[in-house]
Amino acid sequence: MNLSDVVALVLFVGVVAYALFGGADFGAGFWDLTAGGAERGRNPRHLVDLSIGPVWEANHTWLIYCLVMLWSGFPAAFAAITTTLYLPLILAALGIVLRGAGFAFRKVSVRTPQQRLNGSLFAASSVLTPYCFGSIAGGIASGRVPTGGNGDAVTSWLNPTSVLGGILAVVSCAYLAAFYLASAAHRLHDEDLERYFRHRALLAGAVAGIVSVAGIFVLRADAPRLFHQLSHRGLPLMVLAALCGVVGMAGAHLGRHTGRREIAALAIAAVVVGWGVAQYPFLLGTHLRIHEAAAPDSTLAVLLGVACVAALVILPSLILLFRLSGQGRLRARI
Amino acid sequence: MASAGDPSQLLPAREQMAFTLGFHIILVPFGVALTALMLIAHYRGLRHGDGDALRLARRWSKVAAVLFAVGAITGTVLSFELGILWPGLMGDYGAAFGMPFAVEGLFFFLEAIFVSIYLYGWNRLPPWAHFWTGVPVVLASLGGAAAVIAANSWMNQPGGITLHDGHVTAVRPLRVFFNGAFWYETVHMLLAAYIVAGFTVAGVYAAGMLKGRRDRHHRLGFLIGFLVAAAAIPVQIFVGDTVAREVFKDEPAKFAAIELLPATGDHVPENLGGFLVDGKVRYGLPIPDMASILAGFTPSTEIKGLEEIPPAVRPTDRTVTIVHLAFDVMVGTTFLMLGLVLWFAWLWWRERTVPTNRWFLRGAALSGLVAVVCLESGWVVTEVGRQPWTVVGLLLTRQAVTTQGNLWPLFGATVALYAAVGVGAVLVLRAMARRWRTTGDETVYVPYGPEQPYATSGTAGEDR
Repeated sequence: MNLSDVVALVLFVGVVAYALFGGADFGAGFWDLTAGGAERGRNPRHLVDLSIGPVWEANHTWLIYCLVMLWSGFPAAFAAITTTLYLPLILAALGIVLRGAGFAFRKVSVRTPQQRLNGSLFAASSVLTPYCFGSIAGGIASGRVPTGGNGDAVTSWLNPTSVLGGILAVVSCAYLAAFYLASAAHRLHDEDLERYFRHRALLAGAVAGIVSVAGIFVLRADAPRLFHQLSHRGLPLMVLAALCGVVGMAGAHLGRHTGRREIAALAIAAVVVGWGVAQYPFLLGTHLRIHEAAAPDSTLAVLLGVACVAALVILPSLILLFRLSGQGRLRARI
Repeated sequence: MASAGDPSQLLPAREQMAFTLGFHIILVPFGVALTALMLIAHYRGLRHGDGDALRLARRWSKVAAVLFAVGAITGTVLSFELGILWPGLMGDYGAAFGMPFAVEGLFFFLEAIFVSIYLYGWNRLPPWAHFWTGVPVVLASLGGAAAVIAANSWMNQPGGITLHDGHVTAVRPLRVFFNGAFWYETVHMLLAAYIVAGFTVAGVYAAGMLKGRRDRHHRLGFLIGFLVAAAAIPVQIFVGDTVAREVFKDEPAKFAAIELLPATGDHVPENLGGFLVDGKVRYGLPIPDMASILAGFTPSTEIKGLEEIPPAVRPTDRTVTIVHLAFDVMVGTTFLMLGLVLWFAWLWWRERTVPTNRWFLRGAALSGLVAVVCLESGWVVTEVGRQPWTVVGLLLTRQAVTTQGNLWPLFGATVALYAAVGVGAVLVLRAMARRWRTTGDETVYVPYGPEQPYATSGTAGEDR
């Protein structure tokens, strides 16, 4: 394993973190979108607000982390991706702007129509953005981004693997969020809401299962190498994901509380890591290897240093924030 | 500005980058310096048991949270644009140019986390512990801004890389980060941030005083903002003068554009205003020998003119005119602000209190806008002054731009979207101010901050 592999690994840690933390936020937006009318959806929406508020920015900073790691560590691959997949990237950015604006203005807006507008922008973009990121992953994995960039602007993301990636991303986010929100409702002793999100977790899990099974056939036809690697080198991870999915759903069905968030997160993490393992040692499809796209070693060393500092400084701060906001330590004294 | 042979994407890409960066740069001072004003008020509040100061700190923290959330959006858009609009820059020089952004990412992450902790801390953490959770916000914002400026100044004075067949084969990270233009650009921008935030805050309370709200809350809010900006202005004039001499030494092409100087020579006059038409200066008001004296302290200082730049990479007359006028606006507005500060000093010396002179207050109410105009024009000088280069001497802007797609619709959509975000931000801030006046501090909820209590949400949902 050389330095470029290590940096690719560190970059991929960011991808997994974004999938888990950012994904849960997007999923919460998904449940906001599907919560129904203003009256019926008020309680679930408020729970979404409650659980997203404090950590929103921190969760989405993972995206920035991934971008800077990619463009500094693997500049040629970054330019190839942006000149090919610019359409889904623009749509994802649009979703991020709308979502961010919804987040920035929603709590402050006073009148119900304003709140509704902000809320619906927030919710709709919560689906748009993960779909686009999923389809980008599909385009990269199925080898549709040429090394020199400027690939087909349309078929690079409107193709079977990309559609699978997009749908899987949206469903996974919803799945994760339903588990997180059920746990949040449980902590607030709101049994109705807890049941509400437990049912949605089961639903999302079932859909994720169906999409995954369909995905087997899609990948075999559309991305043979990825399929081969997933079913060989990545097989243990796929089995782990399936197991976690089944255990998580059984837990949701039986109403178990302990560890269910973690099991749901593990399932999603296993799928994302599976993609990474299957793709290795290639950065783009089956034509650009990690070390071929890498920046000079001194840049890679700086990136590795940044990642180490992040682990030493950011993680403890992040844990502090999660503890303060999550465990009620900061509950108002008045 | 486009010429034959340029990719059709060049003009819309430049317009879009200018527009989105120009929007983002207005938000930067609030992340960098409003948070510092907030801590000054917070410190005063705790140290002297000053309830007015504490309330100011708390309100400013909420304003900072809204603006930080908006800045996070526009900043994320910029990182997408770097790849989508300028793949030539990122693909060829990402190994050097991209790296400072990794450092910036660290600081941004830290800032986001502590903004959250600080906002949650009101009434929840012990008072001094809470104050200290605000300190990392200010420090991280300084570090983040410095890292972004490192990337920008590297484009002006690229160093620390070894090129082989047009590819970066070795990078010396410290030389990239601390490039020739790093220190002066950074100090210049940070001071600008404090000036913009200080005058904007002072302007808000001056406007309030003009409407008859002359309570201590308004006077204190005005003073904290105004004094910080007032302290920064003279330093900024000194630093700006030094920066101009550094540009004279290190970036002669940009300096020739700033001075509107077609031909090399000594005894160069300082042109106030004026245009470059067909390579000749028109309509300017020249001050004899002044440019030479400012650049080298003697009238015999020789300044290189535009003629020294090879014709193929010489900026157009229009570009030169833009740079020159932007520089004049920057210097002019700075001295306007200095005048306001001196006026304040005179009024204070006579009255020993916050001035109530209506003309002074009118000027102060506008000072934030003047400071923003100054900031924008300074930024135009740096960025347009570098054209036609993206990385001076290495990469032309037309080589950096994407060659994919029609970018005009994207630009149109971006302008519309940003207009909506800008209007939204203003409406939200005004709504917050209204609520503060009518229903008090406890009813204003902001991003990153705590939610209203869960139990009351059912009843308060309609009018929150």
